Amino acid sequence: MRSSLLQSMKSALSSLWQKLFGHPVRAFGVVSLLLLIFLAIAPAKNHFSEWRHYQKQYLSLIASRGDAVTLQRHFHDHDGIQQIWLPQLGVVDRCTTCHVGLKEASLADVSTLLFRQHPVIPHTLDQFGCVMCHRGQGPATTVEEAHSSTLAWEQPILPARYVQSSCGQCHRAPLTGTPQLNLGRNLLGRYGCVHCHTIKLPDGSAIKPTDDPPSLEHVADKTTREWIYAWLKDPQAYAVTATMPNFKFSDPDARDVSAFLIANSTPLAGDTAPASNDSGKDQKTPDPAAGASLYGESFCASCHAVQNAAGNVVGGDVGPELTRVGNKVKPEWLRAWLRNPRVYDAGTAMPHYRLTDPQVSLLTAYLGNKTDSDLLANVHLDAATPEQIAHGKLLVTEYGCASCHEINGIKKPDNFAPELTRIGSKPLTQIIFLPGMTHAIPDYIAAKIRQPRSFGAALKMPQFSLAPAQIDALTTALLSLTDRAHDLPLALTVPAKPPSNYQPAGKAGQLMADLACFSCHAINGRGSDLAPDLTWEGSSVQRQWLQAFLKNPGTLRPALIRRMPKFNLSDEDAKELTDYIMTVYQTPAFDRDSMPSSGYPPAQVEQGKQLFYSKYACQSCHIVDTKVDKGYVGPTLTQVGSRLNAAWIYHWLKNPQSMRPGAIEPNRNMNDEDARALTAFLMTQKGSSKQEAKK
Amino acid sequence: MMMNRRWRTLFVASIILVSAGCTHKPGIASALKPTGFGSALIESSGGKQIGATGMVLTQPLVVQVNDDQGTAVAGALVEFSGPAGVSFDPPSGLTDSSGQFSANVALGSMAGRYQLIAHTFTKAQKSVELKIEEIALGYQQEVGFQLDNKYCARCHDPESTPERVSNYDNLEVKPHPFTEGDTLNKMSDVELTAIISHGGPALNKSALMPPYGYTLGKTEIEALIAYIRLISDPPYHASGMVYAQR
Repeated sequence: MRSSLLQSMKSALSSLWQKLFGHPVRAFGVVSLLLLIFLAIAPAKNHFSEWRHYQKQYLSLIASRGDAVTLQRHFHDHDGIQQIWLPQLGVVDRCTTCHVGLKEASLADVSTLLFRQHPVIPHTLDQFGCVMCHRGQGPATTVEEAHSSTLAWEQPILPARYVQSSCGQCHRAPLTGTPQLNLGRNLLGRYGCVHCHTIKLPDGSAIKPTDDPPSLEHVADKTTREWIYAWLKDPQAYAVTATMPNFKFSDPDARDVSAFLIANSTPLAGDTAPASNDSGKDQKTPDPAAGASLYGESFCASCHAVQNAAGNVVGGDVGPELTRVGNKVKPEWLRAWLRNPRVYDAGTAMPHYRLTDPQVSLLTAYLGNKTDSDLLANVHLDAATPEQIAHGKLLVTEYGCASCHEINGIKKPDNFAPELTRIGSKPLTQIIFLPGMTHAIPDYIAAKIRQPRSFGAALKMPQFSLAPAQIDALTTALLSLTDRAHDLPLALTVPAKPPSNYQPAGKAGQLMADLACFSCHAINGRGSDLAPDLTWEGSSVQRQWLQAFLKNPGTLRPALIRRMPKFNLSDEDAKELTDYIMTVYQTPAFDRDSMPSSGYPPAQVEQGKQLFYSKYACQSCHIVDTKVDKGYVGPTLTQVGSRLNAAWIYHWLKNPQSMRPGAIEPNRNMNDEDARALTAFLMTQKGSSKQEAKK
Repeated sequence: MMMNRRWRTLFVASIILVSAGCTHKPGIASALKPTGFGSALIESSGGKQIGATGMVLTQPLVVQVNDDQGTAVAGALVEFSGPAGVSFDPPSGLTDSSGQFSANVALGSMAGRYQLIAHTFTKAQKSVELKIEEIALGYQQEVGFQLDNKYCARCHDPESTPERVSNYDNLEVKPHPFTEGDTLNKMSDVELTAIISHGGPALNKSALMPPYGYTLGKTEIEALIAYIRLISDPPYHASGMVYAQR
């Protein structure tokens, strides 16, 4: 049976051979035909290539449009494979071969992503190409190779949610259009990532942490072992806004670490203060309402937040959240801290309020009552054994606690965690992915931030408490740290403003450090933007007003919730500061004595008043007459004539942004005459002492 | 003839594939067994948010399943779907003890309005749908949004936040909130540019609106207008939102 089948196949094959090549002419014909087919493969492959298919689709799409002729002409001007070649940037992009309509403004409404106009961005395609921002393989001419990663190509298209990272390759300073990138860079410092992970920037500097973790050298003066234990177990249970990560310590480990930290702490002179001896504690308990109002008057909420009954965190984020602070700090320590925080922490952002002893007692009692009975209810620790303390020390060393906190006898480890300087281009071969994970660098970074220990229970990286948007922002900031970012010629990058280490001199400088002015104000590029920039304050205000304001800061902007606190300065200190500010913080742009502070002709004042209310309608934002005006955006101007310098007002009106960059008051392109008349009018607004007291 | 048949089968197969892709049925749905059934879906929070293209919205999307009496139903199956590019984490799940289900939403890569659909079943396997709208800002609109926050919102947004008290009520002539499509959609880009650059009097409107032409540049004003057009309610139709609505 089988042999007969073989026989018949054999005869069929030989007859086929006979038919094709039996005769020389026939053989010649067949061979020629085969050759022709082989030769046709290359042009056929080209003809049926993917990109031609998309170009045909594009042509049929535009054929039915009103502006078909224009679009077709644009298309036929650049037929075939398109390429953007930018040798300096290392860009060879053929993406526009298929994405044909990227530059066609009239295709903004097309429903297919492929043929739609590129959204408006500040750069042009011809100058930057595509892969600079979107990654992917530029020279590829098939969809698969251009967009996905292959064994030879590790850079797939960057998902849209991280695209701002690409801006960060060249732009080091924050940009208006990249809030996610700005946030991510901010978080790298705020969550202290860079304590453990070194991140060097292309200019050679390193990102600096901004979270200021407290020193633990004298921690036993400040808090109890029970609190440390609860804090280690779950920092966010104490304060939802805490940036301290959760190290997932087991109960015995948390017990041992807390034992070590308390045993290792040394007492600090002046760090604790007993209750003031003149008022016996038992006789007179401080009035909680008075404490609350002192807390309000001191504007503690400008920096510190408290979680209210509805669960909302209300207040500033410069200092730690105080919702349960009574569970944490010892009253003696708190008293000493309120008296002068610089004794315990010389570099703290907290100002040294000049509080009286009764005030300190009031605040201590008020803050001491901010407790949560559940927080420490289940924490019962027996006295620590030497073994536990030794084990605690081992854990503290192993987990790199000293990377962030100063701890007696333990040195800050160098490069405790992998350096992230070029993490955005990390080769995939060096990464161990989890099963089921997309093999791409953004997915890896995001997963690692989201749940570091999912990559192995023995890993040391702790669990941070971050919202999904924060994780994306951090991933974006890290993705911007690419090889390209580091290898670009510096001339092609947009550097950030160099950090300022401005230091005011002399006694005033010491006072400003003591009062932590830079925690809210910026001067000469150093400081925070919470409160107005004071670089040119001396040209702006009048001496008398400034001195009185420093003694007792009144309200300038009624709608603000963050206010300048009253530091209870002595006359001497207020004068010292005033003298320094008036002398040193002067703009070179004008002479502050070039215009008088009073004595303007009534006609000019009247003209200024007309301009204020009609032509310039300043009452939209400012109040001059409290009876009629309601504007709440800018500062109240009822006493501006005794507050501001006349020449400052004049120059401010001419161009607010030249006086204070970023000011929101619009530049009105005011002529000299109008500016002079308005200045004359405003300088007559001297306010009454009564009004001043009320405001 | 053979070829033809093969093409036809291919065509049919691709139609099935494409339509399957479009309906976006999450695969986990079958693994989840609902223990409760409601008859109505309501939006608890997370709708009408303004986010950026491709990015996760700040607030999660929370919907609630109610029964005929309007009481919350626990254990009901909720599925989210949306246009191409939108992703939900998780895309489906069962309502919790308070009848709610929440997911983090990332919008697609094109600027525009996105209509999301929440979906549940009644006991009789009848489907109940809830439409939720979110807005994604592209680069240009994002810049506009930031500028609005800095310069405009204090007067044009009647809502106060703890950080920013609204000046709206203090103004004698009330500004138009930027979402007020009934008014703003009637104004051309040229008119909007004029009023932003030269102030209210440029269009015979109140001088309480100051000119910003010497403070903001041309691209900034364009960005602001792009943003105003995108968030307008009812939607402004001259700009490209066709994709997102499909």
